[in-house]
Amino acid sequence: MTMPLSKTKPELQVEIKGLFAGYNGEAVIHNIDLDINRRDFIGLIGPNGGGKTTLLKTILGLLEPQQGNIHVMEKSPKIGRRYIGYVPQFSVFDSDFPITVKDVVRMGRLNNQRLFHPFNQEDDQIVDEKLAWVDLLDQKNRALRVLSGGQRQRVYIARALAAEPAILLLDEPTISVDFDSRRKIYELLHEINQQGVTILLVSHDLNVISSYVKTIGCLNRELYYHGEKEITPEMLKVGYKNCPVDLIAHGLPHRVLAEHEQDH
Amino acid sequence: MSELLSYGFMRNALMASVLVSLACGIIGTLVVLKRMVFITGGVAHTAYGGVGLAFFLGVNPVFGALVFSLIASFIMGAIQRKTRQRPDTLIGVMWAMGMAIGIIFADLTPGYKADLMSYLFGSILAVTNIDLWLMFGVNILVVALIITFYKEFQAAAFDETFARVRNLPVDLLYLILITMIGLVVVMLMRMVGLIMIIALLTVPAAIGSLFLNNMKQIMLLAIGLSLILTTGGLILSYFLNLTSGPTIILLSGIAYLTALLIHHFLHHSHS
Repeated sequence: MTMPLSKTKPELQVEIKGLFAGYNGEAVIHNIDLDINRRDFIGLIGPNGGGKTTLLKTILGLLEPQQGNIHVMEKSPKIGRRYIGYVPQFSVFDSDFPITVKDVVRMGRLNNQRLFHPFNQEDDQIVDEKLAWVDLLDQKNRALRVLSGGQRQRVYIARALAAEPAILLLDEPTISVDFDSRRKIYELLHEINQQGVTILLVSHDLNVISSYVKTIGCLNRELYYHGEKEITPEMLKVGYKNCPVDLIAHGLPHRVLAEHEQDH
Repeated sequence: MSELLSYGFMRNALMASVLVSLACGIIGTLVVLKRMVFITGGVAHTAYGGVGLAFFLGVNPVFGALVFSLIASFIMGAIQRKTRQRPDTLIGVMWAMGMAIGIIFADLTPGYKADLMSYLFGSILAVTNIDLWLMFGVNILVVALIITFYKEFQAAAFDETFARVRNLPVDLLYLILITMIGLVVVMLMRMVGLIMIIALLTVPAAIGSLFLNNMKQIMLLAIGLSLILTTGGLILSYFLNLTSGPTIILLSGIAYLTALLIHHFLHHSHS
């Protein structure tokens, strides 16, 4: 269950400098600087429309930067993305698509070099391994469409892992998932990170996120990230400019929210 | 039954049923899973413009339909992928314009025009050797492509973004698919007519995807079902003395509604 990552792989895996990106000439994210190092586990929170998905799409080479540059494993995103395992947002899927769990996870084994080569035993082995990891091996031959939201999310995580990635990118991994599944997913991600996979996840789920990630930042058009371990009032002020901070902070576990005074 | 087979046109018609079923089941499955039913309807109706134009120019309408169908496929495919607006209005307008072009060219052509109706409503009993060869060629192409790129087509149908991140040639796969849709439309034109193609192309795959969870199995079932529906409709139309295309389509529609009902009851007895 170890991730085969060669020692020659760079320490700085994603390097973003002065990035502007968006749609139709309008920038959704402004002047983003972000370094992601090996074994990081970064959680970015922010309101909807704050550019979380836009940032992920740019890292994945699905969206061209308007300004600034991005390197993934020292390469351009379109080349470097082969080292990335991507877990898209739940809502993009056709929830009634007829496919088995195994077939979904096996997609992680695909790449452009595999075009004329059928799946082999090694692929099946890796699929089983990843399914065991997300605790769904017994569901292997079931239809994806009959699984619960939390189970499906773990299938997508297994699919991303089947690519044996250096970096895992997750877009709202706990959206429309019940509380127990949410905890299970975060514990799983924690374990994956322990195994040496770098993780960047974006979410508006402040509650659970900070108890599992190593560092946390906030994205709302601009990025507020200085390697903090906890959500700070400053972060919320930047991230949720238009909302009263008290309202958002209400309901957060106490230990999550660092005291104002401690920062000085 | 032996009386039925003694007619040369009937033998051709039955052979055509077998041939169309193969491509129809495979492409129909991708059309249904990728939710491209509307675009396929658009391509089929636009192709009538080519029939009218070819009729006017005095060439074989199949070639006219082929040119229009492929051009419509490319344009509609590009519209669906490139525009951020809802593409259905634009496709709907092209759909109607294609029909209008066909009818106007038919008006401009002097002489007897009853033959043009057969392209709209099908005339499987008039299947010629050229039609059979076209069907044969399209089948070879479709089967070869799906065998070669099965896992990539499946990945792109399920989650195109993920496929792109894995560096699969999703744009090329889409171009191949849309080209095949254009070819299959022309192939089915003789069978059930341009107006009713969507039903024959989508019903077998839609039934399959109600009950099965494996794309390969859905394709195989869809091939079998379209074989049953086309030959069944054909034989029925012969004995009831009805037009074959609409009989096939009505039979397909009844089969789909029945499948939906069965699925509904199965589903509800589970939960």
